[in-house]
Amino acid sequence: MLKSSGIAQKSDWEAKLPDVNRRKSGPYVVIECYQKIPCNPCEGACPNKAVTIGEDINTIPCVEYGRCNGCGICISRCPGLAIFVVDEGFCPGFGKILIPWEYLPLPTKGSVVAGVGRDGKELCPAEVVEVRIAKNQDRTAVIGLKVPLDFVNQVRGIKLGGEENGR
Amino acid sequence: MVETQLLVVGGGPAGLAAASAAASLGIEVLLADEGLKLGGQLVKQTHKFFGSREHHAGVRGIDIPNLLLENQDKVNIMSNTTIIGCYEDGVLTAVTGEDQYFKIKPQRVVFATGASEKFLSFPGNDLPGVYGAGAVQTLMNQYGVVPGKRVLMIGAGNIGIIVSYQLLQAGIHVAAVVEAAPNIGAYLVHASKLARAGVPILTRHTIVEAKGTDSVQSAVIAQLDEKWQVIPGTEKELEVDVVCLAVGLSPVLDLLSQIGCRRKYIPELGGDVPFRDKQLKTSIDWIYVAGDTAGVEEASAAMVEGRLAGAAAAAQLGADSTEAGKIIASCQASLDSLRRGPVGAKIRAGIAKLEGGCCKCLNHQA
Amino acid sequence: MSRISEHPILKFEDKPVINFTFEGRKLEGRQGDTIASALHANGIMVLSHSRRNKRPRGFFCAIGKCSSCLMTVNGKANVRTCVEPLVEGMEILRQPATGGELKW
Ligand SMILES: Cc1cc2nc3c(=O)[nH]c(=O)nc-3n(C[C@H](O)[C@H](O)[C@H](O)COP(=O)(O)OP(=O)(O)OC[C@H]3O[C@@H](n4cnc5c(N)ncnc54)[C@H](O)[C@@H]3O)c2cc1C
Ligand code: SF4
Ligand code: SF4
Ligand code: FES
Repeated sequence: MLKSSGIAQKSDWEAKLPDVNRRKSGPYVVIECYQKIPCNPCEGACPNKAVTIGEDINTIPCVEYGRCNGCGICISRCPGLAIFVVDEGFCPGFGKILIPWEYLPLPTKGSVVAGVGRDGKELCPAEVVEVRIAKNQDRTAVIGLKVPLDFVNQVRGIKLGGEENGR
Repeated sequence: MVETQLLVVGGGPAGLAAASAAASLGIEVLLADEGLKLGGQLVKQTHKFFGSREHHAGVRGIDIPNLLLENQDKVNIMSNTTIIGCYEDGVLTAVTGEDQYFKIKPQRVVFATGASEKFLSFPGNDLPGVYGAGAVQTLMNQYGVVPGKRVLMIGAGNIGIIVSYQLLQAGIHVAAVVEAAPNIGAYLVHASKLARAGVPILTRHTIVEAKGTDSVQSAVIAQLDEKWQVIPGTEKELEVDVVCLAVGLSPVLDLLSQIGCRRKYIPELGGDVPFRDKQLKTSIDWIYVAGDTAGVEEASAAMVEGRLAGAAAAAQLGADSTEAGKIIASCQASLDSLRRGPVGAKIRAGIAKLEGGCCKCLNHQA
Repeated sequence: MSRISEHPILKFEDKPVINFTFEGRKLEGRQGDTIASALHANGIMVLSHSRRNKRPRGFFCAIGKCSSCLMTVNGKANVRTCVEPLVEGMEILRQPATGGELKW
């Protein structure tokens, strides 16, 4: 299914989550990179050396969750925009996710947008709680979204707003 | 007549790397590129590149040429200059702009002319609005012109998927991506990016027809069965004004064919490819190839191949052989490492066919 | 058709206008345009017609390789409009596919 549609299925992404204890103990990175490709920027991006690819550049990145503090620095470094950070303890009933964003408009902090799943379908409202667009992110913004706890590992994008060119 | 030790034809990642490697070994280098801006494919790529950090992965394609150009002060660069002929006496003909013709006599040549797009046959494929993926990129990313309102993308390889994403970034609607094969050819991380933007990627589908009087007004797509035949009744008409073809690349071999380099048909490498040895020398002693011209691959490999060919040509021209040898060995090792994984399997198979096949049967020149 | 007004990665500043004519119509392009990109930005996609069946022809490769975009510019036939820079005052005409007065 992933190979024929580009949409990761539950069994695919569940395998990328840390164990339940780690999930409850603070924000963690989720690297949705499922295929052996010659690529390794994520490895060099993490200041805490939590991501390893190693000698063979085709290896799938491996996360040592004990080293990951959920800072989100790696998100904008991945050319595949395949890295997310999930915080299940954000506030009661809600979690926070960090997603990469390279479209216009850039959502504004405080606005409520539609959170969409891996298939682009709307799932739930998501409040924009953070917008990072530092120079070293090189035009890949990182958006922080507050979403209902049930959706922290389902929402992976937001609905494109704004005018389309050429209309 | 312009004389030089080494002529590099093409200023994409492969050509830039070849020129810089040879220049660093003290060789006099002339680099000719037909574009106004150096960088080849890179100048249209707005996305962050895949590959290895050593080869600028993570940097946007548009920003890589500047990084590659940093050490180019020793290279004599001629842009807006097309090489149009290559002859047995070692003379190449060139034209700058539309009408300034001249000859070049180099001692060695590296061809790094890249690849050209394949075409697809279907009724209506000659209508305005049926564009190559490269043309859509050129129009939108270089000239800032909207190619159309709604696009149907043909091909779910890296190019089709990446150009679809670039279309979305430019605020243009992508109706669907159709792909005849059962699986997506692009890196899945790219495909997932598109999927979560709501663009359907329809594998086992093809375009049946583009319709319109003066330009594309709609396109008919349909599902394919196991034998790649259209399943009757599955036709669907999509309202689009652009059909973008991203159905593969094949090496640009016109000049190499003119001079009579041996070549072989190897589908894994994009079609007809020049025969070359482990140091990227072709069947003609003074001609080397690098990058997509030597077999369609990607930018990291193109840069490494460029360095390798540049160093090998320099060694032949009398540069310090230990220094050149070091570069050659390290490039060969990094090519092996880039091609080690499953996506490199196709390339490995292609190269094995090429290297194993240096026999009379592929000597087209006889 | 139109131009991209804003883009998350690229900057397209407002560039100076270049005036030209197409089949006698006065049109505007921008500095940095090729003839074909300026025509496209003005919604003109049909650049010529095929010789025998008079099918419309637009550009295809945009890099000067396929000959699909040949037009007559300032009286000169067979100019590859996808790579030829637009210049103030250019007179651009559609031409039969071969550009000449060939009789078949
Ligand atoms: C949409 C798209 C996305 C891509 N994404 C990635 C990616 O993420 N990561 C990655 O590693 N690779 C990527 N690639 C592939 C990568 O861009 C190419 O493999 C790489 O550019 C090949 O380099 P090259 O130097 O061989 O050829 P090119 O970059 O094609 O350069 C060839 C140059 O030669 C010039 N030339 C040709 N003929 C002549 C002549 N007769 N005289 C003078 N000059 C001539 C051309 O003008 C051009 O500048 C992508 C490609 C595309 C199309
Ligand atoms: S979120 Fe921060 S700590 Fe965790 S892997 Fe990414 S960069 Fe490293
Ligand atoms: S940088 Fe992104 S795409 Fe590349 S290996 Fe790491 S996670 Fe995968
Ligand atoms: S569009 Fe191909 S030569 Fe101009």
